[in-house]
Amino acid sequence: MKSMFGKYVKLAAVVTVGIGLSGPLSAQDATVKVGVLHSMSGTMAISEVTVKNATMLAIDQVNASGGVLGKKIVPVIEDGASDPAIFSQKAQKLIQQDKVVTVFGGWTSASRKAMLPVFERFHSLLWYPVQFEGNECSPNIMYSGAQPNQQILPALQWAFEKGKKRVFLLGSDYVFPRTANLILKKHILHDGGTVAGEEYVPLGGTDFSSIITKIKMAKPEVIFSTLNGDSNVSFFKQLAAAGITQSQLPVMSFSIAEQEAKAMGPSLVNGSYAAWNYFESLNNPANKKFIAAYKAKFGANAVLDDPMVHGYIDVLMWAAAVKKAGSFDPNAVRKAATELGATSSPMGQVQFADNQSLYQTAYVGQLQPDGQFKVLWQSKEPLRPDPYDALAFPGKHCVIK
Amino acid sequence: MGHAAIIAGQGFNGVSLASILLLTALGLALSFGLMNVINMAHGEMLMVGGYLSFLATKMVHGPLAFPFALLLSFAGAALLGALLEVTVIRWLYGRPLDTLLATWGVSLILQQAARSLFGAIGVEVVAPHWLEGSVSIEHGLLAGLSMPYVRIFIILLTVAVLGLLMVFIARTRWGLYLRAVHQDREMAQALGVNTRWVDLVVFSMGTGVAGLAGAALALIAPVTPTVGQSYVVYAFLVVIVGGLGSLFGTTLAALLVGLFSAGVQMFTSISLADVWLLVLVILFIQFRPKGIIYQRSRAMKEA
Repeated sequence: MKSMFGKYVKLAAVVTVGIGLSGPLSAQDATVKVGVLHSMSGTMAISEVTVKNATMLAIDQVNASGGVLGKKIVPVIEDGASDPAIFSQKAQKLIQQDKVVTVFGGWTSASRKAMLPVFERFHSLLWYPVQFEGNECSPNIMYSGAQPNQQILPALQWAFEKGKKRVFLLGSDYVFPRTANLILKKHILHDGGTVAGEEYVPLGGTDFSSIITKIKMAKPEVIFSTLNGDSNVSFFKQLAAAGITQSQLPVMSFSIAEQEAKAMGPSLVNGSYAAWNYFESLNNPANKKFIAAYKAKFGANAVLDDPMVHGYIDVLMWAAAVKKAGSFDPNAVRKAATELGATSSPMGQVQFADNQSLYQTAYVGQLQPDGQFKVLWQSKEPLRPDPYDALAFPGKHCVIK
Repeated sequence: MGHAAIIAGQGFNGVSLASILLLTALGLALSFGLMNVINMAHGEMLMVGGYLSFLATKMVHGPLAFPFALLLSFAGAALLGALLEVTVIRWLYGRPLDTLLATWGVSLILQQAARSLFGAIGVEVVAPHWLEGSVSIEHGLLAGLSMPYVRIFIILLTVAVLGLLMVFIARTRWGLYLRAVHQDREMAQALGVNTRWVDLVVFSMGTGVAGLAGAALALIAPVTPTVGQSYVVYAFLVVIVGGLGSLFGTTLAALLVGLFSAGVQMFTSISLADVWLLVLVILFIQFRPKGIIYQRSRAMKEA
């Protein structure tokens, strides 16, 4: 297999070089630079390095099949260092110095907000791979991660279908949980449920004793958790120590994927629920191929999760859009991307909508002892992305020209 | 849950928080209170203790694992403290600002070292079986109250450490030296007390206790490279409110801060409870700038 793959790569390289030489272009012009901007150091590195890996896998695959418009993709990797200010600096460096045609990157909403003005000023294009709080609509960003109506609202719908209508909202104290809960509250009340409580802990907070007392007093039927990072470990530990099990009071998390479950130890979060647009356990041919290719490149122990797949398909969608547009110009590419039509991917059918976010299927899963999710529910069809929830942000619409 | 159970529950949570704060603050009370050294790397001693207890529970299994973890985290953090004292702090006595900057640098180095060694996501210490579960009250006035064994254990550990420390200071020869140096460093020196050794022992004992705090904290929260940061600020608050140089004052202040936080958190969010706590401390300092309990000594007068 490996030697055959190598042969194809060589063949592709020969063809690419051949095209480059036969045309009026010099060999130097047979490459095109793209930026890959993720945190390789600091707190976010644990999550972002894997997204970078998936992005690199996609670039390799596109290059192996002949590149784009006859050009080989050369990635320029930069480290955002978990710091929004550095993300903004590096984005500018990539666009101005390296002359990249587009950038794949970002994770936290803070990093995206810091990069947004840079991409708008230089009329470049950012492919952002992570689920987020919506309430933003820039022509210079392709939002492939879930909008609220593709992750948190389907989870609410699932809970209500299960008869769990008393919801306790718990989150870390920053923009994503605050906005997500604002939207959730509107929908819980609108659909006849009850908000049993709403609590926030500072980022990295470790003491949940008072919150657990409040949860006991409020007697919710389900907890919706937008806690981030290590706070999850403290929360699940202290919940278990207080004698509250997942079967008594299920927790639905929006920041725990396969990577986090592996890092926290699956036994701690076993039986809890999560909503995403991809699980490693999804059973479809594209996913099987993706998992095999990733593990061949990064080791058999690697786990895959939602943001990684988004990082991966972003590159493939970009390549397809460039081919359709016949140009690397960001304006032409973003328009072409929204006209690609439905494509099959490891997450099922996806398609960029005219608001530059992704149609995608919502899944609800339950964590198993092996750290994988068992899919319990999925939306009937890929959901249309909606950056401005009608109940939480009435009258606002995302129209991109 | 009835009102009585909620009040009792939050009282328990407050005491539990106070005990972790006190374990962290005791070391500071010794180094900051007695030696006038502002050790910004104190939080990292807690982190080191946490990681050592993680390693200990990986190395040793069975019933002895956790006692071994406690021992290792105390000894390891104390050794590291001794190293820090000999290499950095000893050379900067009497220069509090330089000490502050130097130890802050040490704290950054230790944090990044932990991140490189163990990763940015925290590691978890699994509590031994006999600490699983909780005391639950099913009937009567306090029905619904539950007190996790781990938290009870941490409270008992703190009481034991506090008791041992008080006996050490009041009853042993080294304790006598410590009090002498605290009251009048030059006089003690003139009478033949080796103040270098006293400083070294006191400082490393303080960091050792912080290491214990880290091992205790690891039972209820993950150990992360920045875990020390979230506790060290409160520990400084406790030492200042308690009064420099008084273990009794430190204990009272830890209880005050713990119970106040647990109480206010019931009526508002955690972030806002912190704001109220800081407001209270600032007001308190206006009226009692020297803390709850103030000991007169020459060392203090110079400070």
